[in-house]
Amino acid sequence: MSGIPHDHYEPKAAWEKGLAKRLPIVGLLYDTLMIPTPKNLNWMWIWGIVLTFCLALQIITGIVLVMHYTPHVDLAFSSVEHIMRNVNGGAMLRYMHMNGASLFFVAVYAHIFRGLYYGSYKAPREITWIIGMLIYLLMMGTAFMGYVLPWGQMSFWGATVITGLFGAIPFIGEALQTWLLGGPAVDNATLNRFFSLHYLLPFVIAGLVILHIWAFHTTGNNNPTGVDVRRTSKEDAAKDTLPFWPYFVIKDLFALALILAVFFAVVSFMPNYLGHPDNYIEANALATPAHIVPEWYFLPFYAILRAFDGDVWVVIAASFLTGGIIDAKFFGVLAMFGAIVVMALVPWLDTSSVRSGRYRPMFKWWFWLFVVNFFVLTWVGARPAEGIYPYIALIGSAYWFAYFLVILPLLGVIEKPDAQPDTIEQDFAAKVAAKSAGSAPSVQPAE
Amino acid sequence: MLKKLAATMVATFALSTGAFAAGDGGHVENVDFSFDGPFGSYDQNQLQRGLQIYTEICSACHGLKFVPIRTLSDEGGPHLPKDQVRAYAEYYEVFDPELDDFRAATPNDHFPESSLENAPDLSLMAKARAGFHGPYGLGINQLMKGIGGPEYIAALLSGYTGNEKEEAGTVLYENTAYPGGYISMAPPLYGEDVEFADGHANDLHHLAEDVAAFLMWTAEPKMMARKQAGFVGVLFLTFLSVLLYLTNKRLWAPIKARYKQK
Repeated sequence: MSGIPHDHYEPKAAWEKGLAKRLPIVGLLYDTLMIPTPKNLNWMWIWGIVLTFCLALQIITGIVLVMHYTPHVDLAFSSVEHIMRNVNGGAMLRYMHMNGASLFFVAVYAHIFRGLYYGSYKAPREITWIIGMLIYLLMMGTAFMGYVLPWGQMSFWGATVITGLFGAIPFIGEALQTWLLGGPAVDNATLNRFFSLHYLLPFVIAGLVILHIWAFHTTGNNNPTGVDVRRTSKEDAAKDTLPFWPYFVIKDLFALALILAVFFAVVSFMPNYLGHPDNYIEANALATPAHIVPEWYFLPFYAILRAFDGDVWVVIAASFLTGGIIDAKFFGVLAMFGAIVVMALVPWLDTSSVRSGRYRPMFKWWFWLFVVNFFVLTWVGARPAEGIYPYIALIGSAYWFAYFLVILPLLGVIEKPDAQPDTIEQDFAAKVAAKSAGSAPSVQPAE
Repeated sequence: MLKKLAATMVATFALSTGAFAAGDGGHVENVDFSFDGPFGSYDQNQLQRGLQIYTEICSACHGLKFVPIRTLSDEGGPHLPKDQVRAYAEYYEVFDPELDDFRAATPNDHFPESSLENAPDLSLMAKARAGFHGPYGLGINQLMKGIGGPEYIAALLSGYTGNEKEEAGTVLYENTAYPGGYISMAPPLYGEDVEFADGHANDLHHLAEDVAAFLMWTAEPKMMARKQAGFVGVLFLTFLSVLLYLTNKRLWAPIKARYKQK
């Protein structure tokens, strides 16, 4: 499977040979599990396992929840209460599903930032990156529709606001919105189709996850140095890598167990911390909540959506140039989706030939500013759009686009990168040496 | 990379989520409820007192339509004996579509809905209101104090100032806990409205807290089971983490030994 030279599966027993001739599934699983993996992966490379686990957790808890849930506007809310009160283990199951979505997004953001820092999106891993972005988009769609299902106040009004975004598209917007909702407003038809899609999309995600893994198993993993594994011979490759099983499986499982301990504490001791209290009020089309706020994982994009109001000069210019076709609302929608599009295009926007941010002295600063900016946008997205908050949101949104469209293309030209190690082995050896010197101060320093 | 990212993630995670609850609510004081914090549990006697207050006062207008009456005998709740619950159920009349008539309720029925149209159902009220967003809007104190729903209820019930105003034909009552300051519900409790069989204190603040605790139970009846599962889960996963940490260390030791300084 991988381009890195390594031992492949050899069927030995007669039945193995027979099976391999007809269906080479054992070889496929063997090669997937034993894939040569760079020795020097750090703890930011554990999120893939966490994400795979989250997908499985959400699918399994979701399938059981569906057994007791009723997708109908008159019954949805009380069927969720039925799960919380009468179904054996139902409260735990639902809280795990609810908070599982949050864990999923914590992990995916960490995973994306890992990729952005270490240049995992750069050639030859552009397709892995693009598939990853598709998975991320589908995750957002799935999470959004899932939040509608309990049919609380935030479910209903969140759905109304977000589907309203499609209504902002010129000419076809209104028709499109009606088509999406299955009627003039969020109602039973909307709830039913969201339920159907919320059940379907996780399996589409699962399929894309297989492609995602297939793609980076073909190119090989990136690693903290960004330096390629030596492929000159099997022996050279073995100096840079270790098989995935058992070295990385055990490492990842340790990280997963630790993260799950924290997750379980949140689920059991403060399960509603990340939710909105208004969602424990049944949906009511006649009473608008004081503040309609999306789930935390949408907040950065919600901030970008709201940042561009009619007073911003780019919006005024865009409106003037298009003869009013692009108004403030549509501009916000474009900005929100554009924020994800520019991120998806980063393999072609980053002009630097050096992969890892570790060896890019200027990039580091801009990257960390980008991370801080992400959190500022998250925070400002939950604030009401008044006072100083819209200005903060506007600056944050501007930086988001500047990072991808100006800073990354320019940095590749003006930045002088630091020296990179020749091999992954070298980096690994240096790390081990530094650690052993640090943990045992009595040992003589290296010559 | 790692530590910095972890630190920023934790910080903003807290920032953003605490911000959710942010609203222009009234003043809510923390109450030391027995069920606060990971180790807290419901006080069975308090829940029973709360049930009595609900039955004698609140239920005149409000309902608990999501709560099955039989759960009053559940462990981790008011834990009333089954025959008492059966007797209690008969106090209510419910409409039976099979009989096409009203009949006395049985434990398998739910509490009735609100009888007054503008009186909200109270089943989930303690989770639908959040009193706490601190410190600094981070919401982290929810781990120890809870989200502040029962505190909000207690503050509301004892927050009437005695001032009234009339607006569009409705009398509104000034209340320090209610967002906006004026609520259309007349003060339901004054103190000594209910006599407890065991002679427990029945001043306004005690009554307000007791019924708030009861409403926390109606909103979150499985809290005890949930916290118990939490301890088992967290302990098990911590133990598993330690084992996996040691396994991982041992597994990598020979690989790393090759590069260690002599």
